[in-house]
Amino acid sequence: MKVLTANFSTYWHGFLGTLELTGVSALLALVLGVLMAACRVSPVGPLRTLGAAWVTVLRNTPLTLLFFIVVLGLPRFGVSLPFFTFAVLALGCYTSAFVCEALRSGINTVPTGQGEAARSLGMTFGQTLGLVVLPQAFRSVIAPVGSVMIALAKNTAIAGSFSVVELLGTYRTLNELGYSIIWTFVWIAVGYLVITLAISAVFNLMERKWAVAR
Amino acid sequence: MSSSASALYDVPGPKAAARHRLYGGLALLGLLALLGWVVWELFDTHQFTYQKWMPFEYQGIQRLLLHGLGNTLKAFAFTALFALPFGAFFAAGRLSDHRVVRWAATLVVEFFRAMPLLVMIFFIFVAMKVQPLWALVAGLTLYNGSVLAEVFRAGVLAVPKGQREAAFALGLRKTQVMAYVLVPQANRAMLPSIISQLVVALKDTSLGFLITYEEFLHAGKLIATNLDYDLPFIPVVLVIAPIYIGMCLLLSWLARWVERRGRRSPRVKGGAPMAKAGVALGLPPEAQQ
Repeated sequence: MKVLTANFSTYWHGFLGTLELTGVSALLALVLGVLMAACRVSPVGPLRTLGAAWVTVLRNTPLTLLFFIVVLGLPRFGVSLPFFTFAVLALGCYTSAFVCEALRSGINTVPTGQGEAARSLGMTFGQTLGLVVLPQAFRSVIAPVGSVMIALAKNTAIAGSFSVVELLGTYRTLNELGYSIIWTFVWIAVGYLVITLAISAVFNLMERKWAVAR
Repeated sequence: MSSSASALYDVPGPKAAARHRLYGGLALLGLLALLGWVVWELFDTHQFTYQKWMPFEYQGIQRLLLHGLGNTLKAFAFTALFALPFGAFFAAGRLSDHRVVRWAATLVVEFFRAMPLLVMIFFIFVAMKVQPLWALVAGLTLYNGSVLAEVFRAGVLAVPKGQREAAFALGLRKTQVMAYVLVPQANRAMLPSIISQLVVALKDTSLGFLITYEEFLHAGKLIATNLDYDLPFIPVVLVIAPIYIGMCLLLSWLARWVERRGRRSPRVKGGAPMAKAGVALGLPPEAQQ
């Protein structure tokens, strides 16, 4: 307990850093993921190939390698941004591949008949998508996207090793101050648990709110 | 998919098909332009000079890279070796008839699945002062073993109820039911998920880089930060990334091949449904309940 109370500001800083990193990367991942999912289900061949390649490559890339490339590689191109932005780029791109797959399989759960019925009622593409397909897909997507977000929150720990202010990174400061390592880690673990449990609670609520028995 | 209707589109008529071709052409042009720009930028920042690629001609460098690759594969092999029994053990615990065993196994599995893998690895490495290789293997084993426990459990639960009831009706004991009836069927159905989880483990061996384990990325970094070779960072990435991603892709394809083959096999018919071979982010959808 003493480790926590004596270093509350360090922990709080790291906690907020993890939270911020998770939030911003989640935003990027969702935007990119929706774009890529749109590509993957589009009727245009090259776009479908782009989406498929994006997902296949990123899902099979170790996140550490991605960080390695982004954090150490982009500066060679004369791109110099703060570490935080690099971390968001790496985490966001990586997670977007998983978000894309979750969304795509969500859209695929909507039976073909739904779209055909909508079209035979004279609905335009926009109406079919917005009023019929997406509302149904949305419900089956909540749980998988939730677990992707939890994984994202856990993956922010990697950013901590690439000198971004983050919860796991706090252990170094506390270690130098000579605090008990075990308790340092216990409180770091508690911090992560708080974040992941909060995310899973939010997504559970959303699921319960919009769940529909089919 | 392009020729059949989905929930989103009808089969395109001649006009729509022409429009799609136009969009496709534009998208292709845009992508080619982007690719061209990247390649031009690579040339512009002198990434293809002889001096930057020269180190790969040296035997010492080649040996360094191979040594790193070997270490990565070693960590992966140990992880697979330990994580599979770990998973089987705790899956058995979670399926146990005794409440205490069930609770204990659930606690262990849920805890290690909820912890960020890197936190565990750092804890083992820093607090317990373990060698980097064993810290990495221990962390990977705890995490992937816990996920595998869920995979195994989901597989056993997915075997149709009648199989188990029939086995008990024949007078088999519960260990026999498990060993002769449920596990073989579950294994066949879960093999794609198991291999997919091994892909995750292979990807995560790169975390060893962060605790100074001398694996593949570490070897790459040693070369990339060498001033004598004019900091050949991009060449190193161009060599390392395809190898890493290629290894993971091969394993992923193996998983999908097993899945497709399993779906065709008559032995799976009537048994547990084949699992999907997607690279899960820790949680296989079957194990989320």
